Amino acid sequence: MNETDDLERRLARAGARLMPELPDLPAAAAAAGMLDLAYTTTDSPLGTLLLASTDHGLVRIAYLDFADRDEVLQSLADRVSPRMLEAPRRLDESRRELADYFDGRRREFDLPLDRRLMSDFTQRVLSATATIPYGSVSTYGAVAREAGSPRGSRAAGNALGSNPMPIVIPCHRVLHAGGGIGGYTGGLERKRTLLELESGRSRLPV
Amino acid sequence: MALPPFQTLLDGHGRDVYRFLTANVGPVDADDCWQETWLSALRAYPSLKDASNLRAWVFTIAHRKAIDHLRARGRRAIPVAEAAELAGAAPETALADEQLWSSVAQLPDKQRTAVTLRFLVDSSYAEIADLMGSSEEAARRNVHEALKRLRKELNR
Repeated sequence: MNETDDLERRLARAGARLMPELPDLPAAAAAAGMLDLAYTTTDSPLGTLLLASTDHGLVRIAYLDFADRDEVLQSLADRVSPRMLEAPRRLDESRRELADYFDGRRREFDLPLDRRLMSDFTQRVLSATATIPYGSVSTYGAVAREAGSPRGSRAAGNALGSNPMPIVIPCHRVLHAGGGIGGYTGGLERKRTLLELESGRSRLPV
Repeated sequence: MALPPFQTLLDGHGRDVYRFLTANVGPVDADDCWQETWLSALRAYPSLKDASNLRAWVFTIAHRKAIDHLRARGRRAIPVAEAAELAGAAPETALADEQLWSSVAQLPDKQRTAVTLRFLVDSSYAEIADLMGSSEEAARRNVHEALKRLRKELNR
């Protein structure tokens, strides 16, 4: 080994030993008004959830066992803003309310919501959905009527399927008129679990 | 144009930018420079026209921040004394690193920039040339001169 190689290696190794505690960029970015989207992941009885919020409120909840993390994030970058950072503390309140809900201690969410990822029709359908009380269920036809689309139970189903904030906007409370469970963004098993939780018959493992 | 989430830039290059800055402006000012670098990047990000080489883009900003910083301070980079100790290195290693960084700090600006890009963050000569706005030949020469000086300094 010649002298030069030795020095090159020494520089590389010494460089690798510089293991900084990186400064808190999300805090500085938010203070400068440049954090358009904050996100985090959190464990739940329904698997890992990705939560994202803007200055206006919660904008997205995704079941990560059911969707690819990178795809969800890229879609948020495209549709909201690429100025996004992992910033768990900015989602503390959302995480707390979700944990309380899964514990059976919370029946309604008090989180501000940012509805920009919903089309007008989807907004109307999901607003109708949001009025279904905890522990109750409704039908695709009923929310379609409420949204001003009397014959549009299929369209309502599509709108519910595109719900960007499952759990918080309770699309799991919408079933087929004949009693069939219908569909769910996070898979039917999750829909059943949520309905059981709200029926008070089961407690979810934490 | 589809820009990746900004966090992926930070995950991919945050630590390397910090290493580069620590070697170029010292551990005390590295925090500020690092923060300024990433805030500048975040500000410009949505209107970025060419996302084909985001690493080079971020390092260009970091390089500019380091130069501005040294100019404002009106003197050379200070040694990286405490950095190795903070990282929990053995005392003799920390001492050796301290010697190395203080020699790096005394290099002329272009040599220091080139040699730290080359060996701390593994940039190619083409990347160094691009970032410093010089020829590849000049980048090689700067790295070569830096190594020569360092060897002389450290063997004294």
